[in-house]
Amino acid sequence: MKRFLLPLAVFAVLSAFLAAALSHDPRRLPSALIGQPAPAFDLPQLQPDGPRLSNADLKGQVWLLNVWASWCVSCRDEHALLVEFARRGVAPLYGLNYKDEPDAAREWISRSGNPYVASIVDGNGQVGIDYGVYGVPETFVIDKHGVVRYRHAGPLTAAALDTRIVPLVRRLQSEQVR
Amino acid sequence: MIPEIGHFALIVALALALVNGVLPIVGAARGWTHWMRVAWPVARAQFVVVAIAFGCLAASFLGNDFSVLYVASHSNSMLPPVYRVTAVWGGHEGSLLLWTLLLTLWMAAVSVLSRQLPRAMVARVLGVMSWIAAGFLLFMLFTSNPFARLLPPAVDGRDLNPLLQDPGMVSHPPILYMGYVGFAVAFAFAIAALLSGELNAAWARWSRPWTTAAWIFLTLGIMLGSGWAYYELGWGGWWFWDPVENASFMPWLAGTALIHSLAVTEKRGAFRSWTVLLAICTFSLSLLGTFLVRSGVITSVHSFAADPARGIFILAFLSIVAGGALLLFAWRAPKIGLGGGFDPVSRESLLLSNNVLLMVAAASVLLGTLYPLFLDVLGLGKISIGPPYFDSIFVPLMTPAVFLMGIGPIARWKSARLPELAVRLRWAGAASVVAALALPWVVGGWKPLVGLGILLAAWCVSASAVALWERIAQQQGPLAARFSRLPSAFCGMLLAHVGIGVFIVGVTFVKGYETERDVRLEPGESLTEGGYAFRFTGTREIDGPNYRAARATVEVSRDGRTVAVLHPEKRLFIVQQTPMTEAAIDRGVFRDLYVAMGEQVGAGNAWTMRVHIKPFVNWIWAGCLLMALGGALAACDRRYRLVPRKRRAAVPAPVSVSAPASVSLTVPRSPRGAAPAPGTATREAGTGSEAGEAGR
Repeated sequence: MKRFLLPLAVFAVLSAFLAAALSHDPRRLPSALIGQPAPAFDLPQLQPDGPRLSNADLKGQVWLLNVWASWCVSCRDEHALLVEFARRGVAPLYGLNYKDEPDAAREWISRSGNPYVASIVDGNGQVGIDYGVYGVPETFVIDKHGVVRYRHAGPLTAAALDTRIVPLVRRLQSEQVR
Repeated sequence: MIPEIGHFALIVALALALVNGVLPIVGAARGWTHWMRVAWPVARAQFVVVAIAFGCLAASFLGNDFSVLYVASHSNSMLPPVYRVTAVWGGHEGSLLLWTLLLTLWMAAVSVLSRQLPRAMVARVLGVMSWIAAGFLLFMLFTSNPFARLLPPAVDGRDLNPLLQDPGMVSHPPILYMGYVGFAVAFAFAIAALLSGELNAAWARWSRPWTTAAWIFLTLGIMLGSGWAYYELGWGGWWFWDPVENASFMPWLAGTALIHSLAVTEKRGAFRSWTVLLAICTFSLSLLGTFLVRSGVITSVHSFAADPARGIFILAFLSIVAGGALLLFAWRAPKIGLGGGFDPVSRESLLLSNNVLLMVAAASVLLGTLYPLFLDVLGLGKISIGPPYFDSIFVPLMTPAVFLMGIGPIARWKSARLPELAVRLRWAGAASVVAALALPWVVGGWKPLVGLGILLAAWCVSASAVALWERIAQQQGPLAARFSRLPSAFCGMLLAHVGIGVFIVGVTFVKGYETERDVRLEPGESLTEGGYAFRFTGTREIDGPNYRAARATVEVSRDGRTVAVLHPEKRLFIVQQTPMTEAAIDRGVFRDLYVAMGEQVGAGNAWTMRVHIKPFVNWIWAGCLLMALGGALAACDRRYRLVPRKRRAAVPAPVSVSAPASVSLTVPRSPRGAAPAPGTATREAGTGSEAGEAGR
């Protein structure tokens, strides 16, 4: 009798792992930056007339940084979601235009809609390296104190936005500035 | 209106499935004939109703009804009509609908083609399959309704994923799913046998043609998928050990083991609990594949957006189906008994060894696919497992399996002698060694792994030739008559084994001698690779229905003679702004010339081009075709059709399974009828009840 129960036991262990795996998002990569102050930057904006932007300018609010490029195919996957997110006005979304041709980037944004309050130009990818960018697109949530609280690697999904990012942003927004 | 009809049809189908899941099974348990009778008409009705739902979804696609969310996200008014139909299974919801449609198609087929089977058996089989259908219908209705409306409607759709806009995609998913779902029939037969307690040779004989049919579809489906990846992904690879590919390969390995194990159970009454376990495993692996692909727990080029609710549902469903089946197995299997005994050297033990090797291979693929997930769950970090793991596992596992495959068909049942087998196969062995030494040297230089591959391939072919020769030599009369008397199951087996050999030739030579070059070419420039000169003459813009493309012209010549003019394309699909590489291939028996366009470089008309030369690559798919063809021959064997006629003649005599002529031909040295093995008794007991039921 016992040996006939063995397949069932193996299957039970397997399904326990699968059940546990359901709550793990394979796209969520750990980041050494979580809980650390966001790396500093001071970069020109993509729009030619805009002033330079530094992370100090963004203190005191919860904001999102989305790493994107016009050459990045996966960015097109998430673009509609970003535009929708911006329209809802949950939190300001800033773009980090990563290793891109400014002309191509401006053309892409004008054609498909601009979800960003502003995009900063990281032509040589230096700021991307500081942020540990591993593949474009990536999205970071940064709190009122300028601390990185969340990182999403790869294109955003509606589920990731609704179940993780938006609730996190709302919680961070309700925190008091010390 | 049409989507609502489809939605309603799904609800009706669920109600029918629930009815059919209860009445026939209860009826079979209590012996209530009128409850069992429900199974046949309701099974066909389930098929009709699901087909109506499927037709409604197809109609919504054809009519560009963008008020249906699924249509809006997978189609576009510019999409050519044929792809609007195939877009039905281009996403999650529609794939499930296709799955359910094919499941009910198999049910309808069982209800039509199983007249000779006992009523209670078929009633249970259809009942079990109805439960599976009910699970999938619930899944669709609660978490993935393909008919959900989008209000306000979209102006136009988001278009079908350009990767799927390809003729290969028209046939690959339905045929692959036919295979996946077809194993539900073998599963249902196993559960029905466990429920009734009649796990005997008759059960094995009934489920064999169904299992083989499902296996044929799965083989063809994997072949089409691999061929599609080869020309559509533009990397020139034909198998990537991607989790989704593994999800189809695991049931194939288990199904192959099941086919062989069923043969032993039918012929010798042995391995009965092992065969039942394999039937459960094969279908559970099909379901597990569905779980892996649909829940998004694993990242893959194929995976769709993850939805935890769907993952939970499929996991719960998998646990009920596989867990319930395994529980039933643990409860019933101890009473099954062992069947005919056999010696350590015999056809039974050869087949058992092959079975174990195939299942170890399936388990290794499962481990390789899930290992990253296990580590992640245990918090031990993120890793990914690639082809090196699978390659290093597969060669050592498949080498002995292929070696045994050559011996199995000529070994005696029950007891065989090694020295005698060695003598009979000595010429096959010698021919294989010569081929292994000579052929690689002729094709491109001797390498140890290529030599091993050719040794195995030649062994498959030459050992099959020996088996054929011995069978022919035993018979009397002119040669043509001897051939025509061969049972088609025997020919099918040999053909499938030769198919393995052809497949190994393809894999070996491609892996051993393929070459590729990435070069930047200005118009007019050329590159030389493997004796072929590829001259890039330029590109021109063309407009497709829903894409724009740059089409290059590459003239391939050898020794000054033009061999082929190839037109690779770089397409930009307008709606999704996705670039796609359309490789151009000059196919041949001994080599493929494969050209894919990379990116445009600089301001001029220079492009990066990738050129592959793939020796013998088409043998990979030719081998799969031969395997499928062999399966078809085996499934069509006269013996499966002769049974009813014979039994009708013999209804009064319950113990009259004296084998029809073709059966004794299949196993010339079988002691069947002569030495009654323990299995024989149960077989005849089983057939007795079968004969009793046949009077309905």
